[in-house]
Amino acid sequence: MSTLLNGDRLADTLGRLAAGMGIQRWDLGAGCSEDSSVQVDRGEAKQLKASQRSSMTLRVWNSDGLVGVTSSSDLSDDGLERALQGAREASAFGNPDDTPAFSPLCRAPLPELERPLADHLGIRRLLDSLKASEADLLQRHPAIETVPYNGLGESRSERLYINSDGAVREQRSTTASLYLYARAEEAGRKPRSAGAVRLAHGAGDLDHAGCVAEAAERTISHLDYAAIDTGRYLVCFGPEAFLDLMGAFSSLFNARAVLDGVSLTRRESLGQPLAVPFLTIRDNGLHPAHVGASAFDGEGTPTRALSLVEDGLLTNLLHSEATARQFGVAPTGHAGLGAKVSVGADWLEVLPASPERRGDTGLSRGMSDTFVWIDSLSALHAGVKASQGSFSLPFDGWLVRGGERRSIEAATVAGDIRSVLNAIVALEGEPEILPGGRCPHVWVEGLSITGEA
Amino acid sequence: MTLLSAPARHLSEPFGDAWLPSLEDLIGSGCRAGADLVEIFLERTDRVGVLAEQDRVTSVSPGIGAGAGIRVFLGQRDGFVSTNDLSPDGLRRALATALDMLGLDLSLSRPSREGFAGFRQLVDHGSRKADWLERCPDLATSTGRLLEGTHCLERVGQHLQVRRGSYARDWQEVLVACSDGTLARDIRLHQSCGLSVLAADGEHRSSVGRRYGSSDRPDDLIRWDAEASAAEVCESAGAMLYADYVEAGQMPVVLANRFGGVIFHEACGHLLETTQVERGTTPFADRVGEPIAHPAVTAIDEGLTGEAFGSLSMDDEGMEPQRSVLIENGVLKRFLSDRAGERRTGHPRTGSGRRQSHNFAAASRMRNTYIDAGPHSPGDLIRSVDNGLYCKSMGGGSVGPTGQFNFSVEEGYLIENGRLGKPVKGATLIGDAKEVMPRISMCANDLELAAGFCGSVSGSVFVTVGQPHIKVDSITVGGR
Repeated sequence: MSTLLNGDRLADTLGRLAAGMGIQRWDLGAGCSEDSSVQVDRGEAKQLKASQRSSMTLRVWNSDGLVGVTSSSDLSDDGLERALQGAREASAFGNPDDTPAFSPLCRAPLPELERPLADHLGIRRLLDSLKASEADLLQRHPAIETVPYNGLGESRSERLYINSDGAVREQRSTTASLYLYARAEEAGRKPRSAGAVRLAHGAGDLDHAGCVAEAAERTISHLDYAAIDTGRYLVCFGPEAFLDLMGAFSSLFNARAVLDGVSLTRRESLGQPLAVPFLTIRDNGLHPAHVGASAFDGEGTPTRALSLVEDGLLTNLLHSEATARQFGVAPTGHAGLGAKVSVGADWLEVLPASPERRGDTGLSRGMSDTFVWIDSLSALHAGVKASQGSFSLPFDGWLVRGGERRSIEAATVAGDIRSVLNAIVALEGEPEILPGGRCPHVWVEGLSITGEA
Repeated sequence: MTLLSAPARHLSEPFGDAWLPSLEDLIGSGCRAGADLVEIFLERTDRVGVLAEQDRVTSVSPGIGAGAGIRVFLGQRDGFVSTNDLSPDGLRRALATALDMLGLDLSLSRPSREGFAGFRQLVDHGSRKADWLERCPDLATSTGRLLEGTHCLERVGQHLQVRRGSYARDWQEVLVACSDGTLARDIRLHQSCGLSVLAADGEHRSSVGRRYGSSDRPDDLIRWDAEASAAEVCESAGAMLYADYVEAGQMPVVLANRFGGVIFHEACGHLLETTQVERGTTPFADRVGEPIAHPAVTAIDEGLTGEAFGSLSMDDEGMEPQRSVLIENGVLKRFLSDRAGERRTGHPRTGSGRRQSHNFAAASRMRNTYIDAGPHSPGDLIRSVDNGLYCKSMGGGSVGPTGQFNFSVEEGYLIENGRLGKPVKGATLIGDAKEVMPRISMCANDLELAAGFCGSVSGSVFVTVGQPHIKVDSITVGGR
């Protein structure tokens, strides 16, 4: 694989340009990628895409120690010079109360990431492969007439962090993705839709058969739908749905959000109960199944696994350099790069405290009598009030009665995340690995479900 | 290949005559290789975002960029390549890649079925806007105005735990060249500012935000009424702080004007884009000329309303926007169409080809979309409801591949016996476009527009939603 970024040259050029402008301190995060993807429509190629992208974020510290930032898509010498000028201008408006610094770990050893670099298959092979998967999915059920949302793509990318103290971090990676969202409709009934996603390091490693099977099974399972009565139900969240919910409320663990006053947790929450005692939550960006794993964050801090909730207690928060400094701890490897540095989770793991401590082991999807099984949540951007804790979200799922499941017509589930975390009654089965993390089925008591008449 | 070889001269120079020979050469080469149509979209951008929190500016984020998107059609298929490399070699490589996707070879001659007879005269919408970037407020002014906003919040709000003001200025120059002869240039300027608060009192919390935006108005931030905006945000946050959760169920709903228009945007507007016709995901595909909504509903999409956030001088395919009456007295009149939509579905283009940036191929997208005013007063609508919900302010929403839509209510009140009652929170409206459109039975006479962003297949674009107060006879309200 050829190299897209030249870290040494960028460092040399920036050092020279910065010195010429009297800028002593700077750092840079840059990325380049080459992507290609295909989309098909009933056996025909629809849109084929490729892109070559470059981007950088440059920070400088002015003589007063204030930080300014500029982003640009131009990594040439002229582009770097313009970015330096822009960042210097912006630094006059830096926040003296909360100035970022270099991460104390930006030169610490990085974890070994064993992520293979895959060769590109090329757009023709992607197209043939996606056509075959679409055809396979279309023949799974007569009601499946189209796969309106589909795509198969491969990407190779490089990212870089360098700073004026000599830190240099570089990483190359390849990723591929496949998604298939089928639409099915039976006479006199509403159309139904569901899908599946797969990620891999290379397009040749993608699990097409599994993706087709899951998309078909999900779609078909929603054909025979019925309305549900509005009320409170015992709910079983599928792994994907629960991970999505936790992701939407990840400000619970975000030190930046805590300091800004928009998190439901506070400094004093550390060590306090957040959930039922048999719940563990970790962020583990290094998990072998995390296809998009990165060895370092935007500030060059090494990525590491971090316990967030243990035995139901809040144990740690996600930190950047600046938030870690304010809390008197080490940065955790979850930072972006900016004038005000953002913090975010990498890959969440929701786990039982131990195999024996997982709540009511009598609950199971195959045995329990009446419950709502939530397969997937939607509209999280609109239906979640992260700073208030409340959510009201449309979902796809089934009402299970006496071992029989029936798809639920349009409905919403509503609640408060703090109540949900304390109303978990069981963690069923082995945690399933998904693109965004891993999680078992999570049973929650007494959630409000609204059905459509 | 190394990206560092890309020369940067184009980042700082306007798209002018110097580009024409190379564009003509590229497009001619693409057509000689057998492409039916070759389209090149050049872009350079200059953006800044500012954030003020409490009484401090906490982030100033300038950004500059440039790139090109090259799209090649062969029959109904298209290949699209985007690149940050605007050098002649970079653009030629991108064209070759796009052609190769369709089985065409830049080095071989295979006459185009549609041909290229050269560009028509440049249509330059940008010339009168050349100085707009310089006329925008500088950073000192921007930060000063935002701090004024957060100070206003402090003055008029109660129990405010967080006060935030944000400002974004987005300047974009584009040049569109196409083998059908199109040669068009524009400069776009969008500015938006917003205030948001988190109010907290014990266990009671409310978070409210409002955004105000315009296009093509360099002095937008100077004209912004920070005092009025702060009063609106604080009034809403105060009303919702101690609100109970709404009781879920089916009920009539009255939706306020301005951002209430998101209901039409999500419930129906997306389903009238040819993108949805292509995918087979709209229930309205074969229903032009048929009633699909209550006769009270007339709905329009256009890019022409003054300085509205979704207004355009030209779309991202170089076409001037048309005023498209989508629904007239309940009858479906037409779809919004772009170049690909026209080729694949036969619906004529409406100047609706839009994209977030050069990284996306254009697709049919809404611009300023609104339900037209009706004969009633807002009070008439509320008085007609015995027990229902008044949605004064809406949050975001979305529509799925089966036409199922949802959106959240940011500020809501019960309607009891024709009068506004206590505030309620946590409501989500869900429904199906086909079923809800016939239930919009009353439109008031107070049409107003509101600025927003719409995310879809071609990225996030500036849009306006709007409506007068409307009444929906029955809709599912999710809550607790």
